[in-house]
Amino acid sequence: MIRKLALAAAGLMLAATAQAADLKIGFVYVGPVGDFGWSYQHDQGRLAVEKEFGDRVETTYVESVPEGPDAERVIRQLAASGHGLIFTTSFGYMDPTLKIAKMFPKVKFEHATGYKRAKNLSTYSARFYEGRHVIGTIAGMMTKTKKIGYIASVPIPEVVRGINSATLAARKIDPSITVQVIWVNSWYDPGKEADAAKALISNGADVIMQHTDSPAGLQAAENAGVYAFGQASDMIKFAPTHQLTAITDNWAPYYIERTKAVLDGTWESTNTWGGIAAGEVKMAPFTNMPDDVKAAAKKAVADIASGAVHPFAGPIKDRDGVERVAAGAVADDGMLLGMNWFVEGVLGDLPK
Amino acid sequence: MIVLEPRPQPSRALGLLSPVIAIGLTLVAGGILMALMGRPPLQALEIYFFQPFEEFWLWLTLPADEAAMWLYTPSEVVVKAIPLALIGAGLAVCFRANVWNIGAAGQYTLGAVLGGWLALGAPEGASGIWLAPYLAAGVLGGMICAAIPAWLRVRFNANEILVSLMLTYVAALLLDWLVRGPLKDPAGYGFPVSKDFSESFVMPVLVDGTRLHLGVVFAILAAVALWVMMGRTMKGFEVRVIGAAPRAGAFAGFSRDRTIWFVMLLSGGLAGLAGAIEVSATVGHLQPQISAEYGFVAIIVAFLGRLNPVGALFGAVILAVSYIGGENAQIMLKLPKAVTGIFQGMLLFFLLGCDTLIRYRIRLALPGRA
Amino acid sequence: MENFIISMIIAATPLLLAAMGELVTERSGVLNLGVEGMMLMGAVVSFAVANSTGSSTLGIACGAGAGLTMALIFSVIALSLLANQAATGLALTIFGIGASGLIGQSFVGIALDPLPKLAIPALSDSTAFGRILLGHDAMVYLALALAGGVAWFLSNTRGGLALRAVGDNHDSGHALGYNVIAIRYLATMFGGACAGLGGAYLSLAYTPMWAENMTAGRGWIALALVVFATWKPWRLVAGAYLFAAVTQLQFYGQDWGLPVASQFLAMAPYVATILALVIISRDVNLTKANAPACIGRPFRAER
Repeated sequence: MIRKLALAAAGLMLAATAQAADLKIGFVYVGPVGDFGWSYQHDQGRLAVEKEFGDRVETTYVESVPEGPDAERVIRQLAASGHGLIFTTSFGYMDPTLKIAKMFPKVKFEHATGYKRAKNLSTYSARFYEGRHVIGTIAGMMTKTKKIGYIASVPIPEVVRGINSATLAARKIDPSITVQVIWVNSWYDPGKEADAAKALISNGADVIMQHTDSPAGLQAAENAGVYAFGQASDMIKFAPTHQLTAITDNWAPYYIERTKAVLDGTWESTNTWGGIAAGEVKMAPFTNMPDDVKAAAKKAVADIASGAVHPFAGPIKDRDGVERVAAGAVADDGMLLGMNWFVEGVLGDLPK
Repeated sequence: MIVLEPRPQPSRALGLLSPVIAIGLTLVAGGILMALMGRPPLQALEIYFFQPFEEFWLWLTLPADEAAMWLYTPSEVVVKAIPLALIGAGLAVCFRANVWNIGAAGQYTLGAVLGGWLALGAPEGASGIWLAPYLAAGVLGGMICAAIPAWLRVRFNANEILVSLMLTYVAALLLDWLVRGPLKDPAGYGFPVSKDFSESFVMPVLVDGTRLHLGVVFAILAAVALWVMMGRTMKGFEVRVIGAAPRAGAFAGFSRDRTIWFVMLLSGGLAGLAGAIEVSATVGHLQPQISAEYGFVAIIVAFLGRLNPVGALFGAVILAVSYIGGENAQIMLKLPKAVTGIFQGMLLFFLLGCDTLIRYRIRLALPGRA
Repeated sequence: MENFIISMIIAATPLLLAAMGELVTERSGVLNLGVEGMMLMGAVVSFAVANSTGSSTLGIACGAGAGLTMALIFSVIALSLLANQAATGLALTIFGIGASGLIGQSFVGIALDPLPKLAIPALSDSTAFGRILLGHDAMVYLALALAGGVAWFLSNTRGGLALRAVGDNHDSGHALGYNVIAIRYLATMFGGACAGLGGAYLSLAYTPMWAENMTAGRGWIALALVVFATWKPWRLVAGAYLFAAVTQLQFYGQDWGLPVASQFLAMAPYVATILALVIISRDVNLTKANAPACIGRPFRAER
């Protein structure tokens, strides 16, 4: 009787895992797939993998997994239930992913935006700051009040980098431009994002940028007749007449490449930081802008892709006047990864 | 029209049965929901509620080498139940006194903060005995947070529900500020995490290959101790009387104010302890997200356990199962996370409804009838 | 400054709607902690209906209906089955968060046009005064009208008298022939409908979209506001605007260069609520004179 129950239960587990696919791929998202931002784009990458490989793969995703103790269990569950490749898509999953990677050496793990690796754990991220350079260029040309508003989430290097990159690009167009930052202390809070946008607009900003995940700020900008940029996804639906473009996260090429590597047996632990050239950062169609701005934007994209322009080419001084990058040099990855200072022209506090 | 007839005595049978009936009703309602969502009801319910128990059974009965893999999920249920039970037991006592501590989440957070502050400030290579002061700091942190609504209630008659609740937001923002500022790990690339706690501040794991840790001992001890206190000591009697009949308690010389202080500090201290334990055992450093919402779920746990500290242990296990089942349902059935909240809310509704059966008989009568 | 005030008015509206409903509920002696859940259900249902039918008016009405339905569930369990009101309210919140999340799954990522603003072109745009007072959408004015209606109802009608009597002393009220349970059902359902309206405002006007948990704690602030206002409607209006102002300070403060960490600015509304609660509750007699004495206590008719 006990044996029967055991076999039945084991059968249940196996039934859940038995399939004709060569590879089961798991995805762990920090937010809901419907956030239309960060997690949504990762899911688009997942769908692209399914499309590319058809029956050879089967994908699973778990959404809204908090970055605390639950993450470890979810990742382990995926590893233990036959998934051979697992993508964990948020910084806070770093330690749990590493721990589970050690426990399951045959499973391959890919961690987004982290820095700890192992033989079976790769890291990957995208050079979103390249996209920021493009939107900084556009904003620089579109602003009439010379004030750009920036809805920022949390003061981590990723966000600081984006602010700096956009500011540097805008000030290249006109050195009198300032960028006002408002921190909302959350990645996703539509109410707060809308409020921040309105506050920025009321203080004179006529172009709004954001590093938060919902379209609320963009919507507020549209309703106020102010230009803005979408974030992570093309948010044109929310601002049909005022979205200039959006920096979209395009994970499909990377996910397809890594899946292929696992299927071919050539997968190795790497650290990938792809940008516009690699296709990981894609700009949404340029809309609602005059032709000369459009041309400048396209040129900026081409220049970055070809390497002719680096968003952090010196000389770069921070707000206190200290020179961080000398003339003729570019900021190296180390400086970019640890960036915790603002360039000249950024207004707003930066918690140390 | 619903007519309630009081029973001459509260029904003891229903006292034990009402949680069972409530769970049963939740399963039925849940099954209907699954069917409406196009998922196989029985399979969905099995994944949500029964799988961890099945796996536990397998671990018990299979030979050693095959059994090992089945221990993980049951052990995770216990790991998740530990903070729920600790907080739930304390809240059970608090609610019995008719003091509504809704802010356990804030007390949990402050306990984690104070413990973490100690752990991060301790000298390198501190030995294992530091775990004791770490946990004590957790208790203290929770008590400090609970003292505010207690004091404001006693001194100014401010509603403790609202004060304790507002403090949950304050505590969360304080933690956020600390890990982005004073306590941030300088080597952490600017991310809002503190340095990892050193070995001596991590809760010892009891079973290899799992996360089952010493906290389970604390949870069981606390539940039993509180149960003994409530049932067999003068203090417990005092708490129960103040809760059920405050005027009678006043006549008996029991001080309402002292009771408020006592139960708030007790439940706050336990919540703070849960916070410190959970951070130490499952996270290992301070970060903005430390599952403080356990403080709210523990309210359901307390009711599920019929406001009995030992009952809270069982309530915690059931709720932990619903969480973990929810995750598995996401993985295996592609069910959205929101469904777990629906289950938990329904469970509490049915519980509260069934509890009425203990004191009353329900009759449906036409209006106007005697 | 003018934009700050406009933002404040808009931010206060959902709070005012939900809190006004809860005020009526509490005056009848019922403590319904489920405001957050009712607001969320109102938000998701109104968005879903407005999106599917194209009519925001219908959406608003259905949002109110959703809140009312949730309040009905609460009433059956807490008023007829005599369950503990605080716990029932909490269950309602948890259930509402989950149910709204589930219903909202198919509506994420959809944009709606915000509610049209009532504009009297010449007046509304020309002066600061005009911009601040006129030219808001209908629900802003509805919230104020509601406040007026509730104030008038409570102090000038027989119905209001009955409601207050039942809240202050339900045994006497019963002896006088008032149907305590029925009055409380109606008051609670009204509160639910208002909470639903508050939620509808969020998803149709404030940020015209649906996002899980988009009330972000406003339901709890509404509860605090009722106490802050000592259960008086016009004080509630003042309180709602005050709180909205403090909340907006988080953003405008950064813009104005206030040298305070943003987390502490974010804490301000909650700390302010605690302080307000203390000030109001300090005078025990003041609270007693204003609080419905029977609040939270279950009523069972003894023959």
